[in-house]
Amino acid sequence: MDISIKQIEQVARLSRILLTDDEKDIFREQLTGILGYIEKLNELDTDNVQPMAYATSLQNVFREDKQESSFARQEILELSPSSAKGFFKVPKILE
Amino acid sequence: MILHELSANNIKEKLIKREISAQEVVEDLFEKIYLNEPSVKAYLCLDKEGALLKAREIDEKLSSGAKVGLLAGIPVAIKDNICTSGIKTTCASRMLENFVPPYDAFVVKRIKEEDAIIIGKTNLDEFAMGSSNENSAFHVTRNPWNTDYIPGGSGGGSAAAVTADMAFMALGSDTGGSIRQPSAFCGNVGCKPTYGRVSRYGLVAFASSLDQIGSITKNVYDAALLLQVVSGYDGYDSTSANIGVPDYISGINSVSGNLRIGVPREFFGDGLNTEVANAVTNALEIYKKNGAELVDLSLPHCGYAVATYYIIATAEASSNLARYDGVRYGHRSQLSEDNIIDMYCRVRAEGFGSEVKRRILLGNYVLSAGFYDAYYLKASKVRSLIKGDFEDAFNKVDCIISPTCPSPAFKIGEKITDPLEMYLSDIYTIPANLVGIPGISIPCGFTTTGLPIGMQIMGKHFEEEKILKVAKLFENETDFHLKKPELI
Amino acid sequence: MKYEVVIGLETHAELDTESKLFCGCCTKFGSEPNTQTCPVCLGLPGVLPVMNKKAFEHSLKAALTLNCEISKFTNFDRKSYYYPDLPKNYQTSQNYFNIGNNGFVDIVVKGKEKRIDIHNVHLEEEAGKLVHPEASGANYSLVDFNRAGVPLLEIVTQPDMRNVEEVESYMQALRCILLYIGVSDCKMEEGSLRFEASISLREKGSETLGNRVEIKNLNSMKAVLKVITYEISRQSLLLNKGEDVLLETRLWDDVNSVSRRMRSKEESHDYRYFPEPDLVPFWIEQEWIDETRATIPELPVSRRRRFVDELFVSDYDAGILTEDKFLADYFEECVKISQNSPKELSNWIINDVLRELNERKTNVRDFVVSPEMLVELVNIKPTIGSSIAKEVFSEMMNTGKGAQSIVKEKDLAQMDDTSELNAIIIKVIEENPKAAEDYGQGKKNALAFLIGQTMKATKGKANPKILTELFKQRLSASSK
Ligand SMILES: [Mg+2]
Ligand SMILES: [Zn+2]
Repeated sequence: MDISIKQIEQVARLSRILLTDDEKDIFREQLTGILGYIEKLNELDTDNVQPMAYATSLQNVFREDKQESSFARQEILELSPSSAKGFFKVPKILE
Repeated sequence: MILHELSANNIKEKLIKREISAQEVVEDLFEKIYLNEPSVKAYLCLDKEGALLKAREIDEKLSSGAKVGLLAGIPVAIKDNICTSGIKTTCASRMLENFVPPYDAFVVKRIKEEDAIIIGKTNLDEFAMGSSNENSAFHVTRNPWNTDYIPGGSGGGSAAAVTADMAFMALGSDTGGSIRQPSAFCGNVGCKPTYGRVSRYGLVAFASSLDQIGSITKNVYDAALLLQVVSGYDGYDSTSANIGVPDYISGINSVSGNLRIGVPREFFGDGLNTEVANAVTNALEIYKKNGAELVDLSLPHCGYAVATYYIIATAEASSNLARYDGVRYGHRSQLSEDNIIDMYCRVRAEGFGSEVKRRILLGNYVLSAGFYDAYYLKASKVRSLIKGDFEDAFNKVDCIISPTCPSPAFKIGEKITDPLEMYLSDIYTIPANLVGIPGISIPCGFTTTGLPIGMQIMGKHFEEEKILKVAKLFENETDFHLKKPELI
Repeated sequence: MKYEVVIGLETHAELDTESKLFCGCCTKFGSEPNTQTCPVCLGLPGVLPVMNKKAFEHSLKAALTLNCEISKFTNFDRKSYYYPDLPKNYQTSQNYFNIGNNGFVDIVVKGKEKRIDIHNVHLEEEAGKLVHPEASGANYSLVDFNRAGVPLLEIVTQPDMRNVEEVESYMQALRCILLYIGVSDCKMEEGSLRFEASISLREKGSETLGNRVEIKNLNSMKAVLKVITYEISRQSLLLNKGEDVLLETRLWDDVNSVSRRMRSKEESHDYRYFPEPDLVPFWIEQEWIDETRATIPELPVSRRRRFVDELFVSDYDAGILTEDKFLADYFEECVKISQNSPKELSNWIINDVLRELNERKTNVRDFVVSPEMLVELVNIKPTIGSSIAKEVFSEMMNTGKGAQSIVKEKDLAQMDDTSELNAIIIKVIEENPKAAEDYGQGKKNALAFLIGQTMKATKGKANPKILTELFKQRLSASSK
């Protein structure tokens, strides 16, 4: 199944990645190839197979509801590209 | 005495006997790094100052007669997708070029507690996505055996550093073969433990249900040593197994050839390089000579492993990498920001390389509305079938032996334009990640052109001890692990 | 109106826990921005979530109380969307296997019972908070992640409500239940309880649903009711004109009392749900369900009924007493330790206790007057009179001291010793011969005056009953 440029644009929007026209072409071709290869899974009848969603057999893993100290705000904000007045700063969000 | 050529354990023994000092070890190692690093380029960041500081601390401990840790004085390299407090952790990505984590990964905390010396952070394919190291945003690490060749990926930096005697041991991560494949290509011992054996806390996630931290070392003993330290329960990782860790170190001192070794047909078929096939077949003969029984096996669904993997790994990756948006840390676009969506799209276009973009796009595609059942759910079901194959196999055998990779290291640039071809180079390592079982790659020969060949031993969940023993048995009989590349 | 209104509600309630859902950060409200954060709740590279047991138990308890079927197997899914208040750009939530499904809440509207079906109850993580600077020309927004990762319970109804009254009754019933079982403080002013409404209109008698409008983030019950009223008229206007109601998400603008378009269905999110691989699945065995069920207290509806039937409190009073679980507990404790009639205790609580609590802007949980103390006061009331009793009560609130000791300390006990009182009466008659005379001549007012004078002399402590008797005896004797 061939992927269209429109589909690439749509998935790029979902991925929040700006693509150049060249990239769109290349990714369209490569993704078509990879998805074509993936098609081989359809050779298998999996109707009665339970999916394996977890790589572990663990279950019911909890932590107790206990407070631990948070990180110093300075240390956290230092990581950020833009901050002000103790907040992280982003372009204006219109709701 | 050439210190850097010794194994990690040899170094530790000499330190404890006070034949050498930790400071000498570090000085010697950094001299070797200055010689070899320009041609190998294994590191993204070196911390000589920090290493010397820690070395002096250990020397003082030793001279005062204080107790020292299991990794006392051993210089260790860390793959740059494992968080080190105060030391940049870039994942070889522009996105995290200047990111200095405010916390240590569980494994980093553990090796520090055991008195290891952290030398620096090693190169990798960006966010551990790749099989050749060519996807690093900063530079390509070269195979010390032949610098025209790739060292493997994604942990090529760690593997090359150990091979070129620029580290005594290294920590890596393995999502589809990123420890075992570069170890095979560089002639090291690379072990991916069972999923859940080593905490992933602080490992920058690529694919959460597949990622596992492990060791790259010069021999099996050192692998046991490093795994002993990093294995075990961590309350900060929900998938960390709360079960006891056996004494790997004493385990490998008592190996026996009385084994049933599974030899899966599917791993010796089409596409396997003849030299690799011969080396592994010869290795199997050595086991046989030592009393092992070889059992012909079929793992019928393994042919679907790569397809399954590229759905699950990319799906998980697309969401794990969503957090890189320029808000709280990491790259932020220099272009004007009037709109948050534009900011995201630019930050991510500038911050990610093409392999990462490709996988994010693929992952979002397979998860997008209407495709979930056809891709993700289907892959999860096939994953179940592959797991079943291994369960059946392990009812009959103690371990499974195969080539680590279908071919030896390839040339830089050889596969870079064909992602699918590149993906298929992980065909033998991927199943262990999908199933969650441990696998170790050990050197088992060389090609006529002098490139190392690796053999993979896979075991049941949490039977690292057993595969280490099987590996040790072979190492005791051979000297492939002792060969050194001629670099300078 | 020729249309039938179809309303469904999604409720988000912050769960009452000490630490966040996946990390140990404090959940206290109102701290300085970004002071309750850590690598985990900021979504730093390499971090992993670990489930808060209390939050999970709270969710299970809520699901059971809301009469849900409990999934034996439950797990968490990642819900992907980009927003700057969402640290990982996915929310760990539940989609495929919610903790509770197919429940219901019974409500009473205009004396009639109605059952509102619950589609599902699930646990998820809270997002951070965006702050939009007021300054004109400010081209940026600010993000505070203190709330990010606080455990959040989402309760989704079926589109079962048909008018504003039902919605109001449902919201109140739900709030009451969550407070009763102690899983959320439901403080609307702190955003602990928020609603999203979906509203559509259809021709009466029609079975097909009309185009649905979703309205996000309603921070008060009032706003919910306003937006529904607004949407009913907006949508019916459109339909009357023969126009289509667009399938869209709208925001409620509380200042201008209008709803505004946020995004249409075509632009709506593709959440790309898949199982959260960093958490393990959860199995809820019957034993766990039974244990949890045992911790669910009697709910307001049945408690109210019991107060009326067994304690003979009026339905109105029982309603007030049971609105707040802690008040109802307080009342029941008083009843248990007191010989007085529940009616008298309920009067005290509804009139005096609630008034004082309101005036002092506090609640019964932090009330200094314990049930024991209140009962003690009610017990000694006959000996001090009701006006002094009220004074004592106020003093108890101020000092936290017991009624007896206040009475003793302030010497407020009633004088009922006849010889002592007689001595004072004689004095008062002597000083007011005119009044005594008037009484003798049948002027009944004179007695009140004399009693008033005596009260003044005793600082109100004279037992008025005994006093009246003594005056009557003395004055009638002297007039003979
Ligand atoms: Mg929700
Ligand atoms: Zn936190």
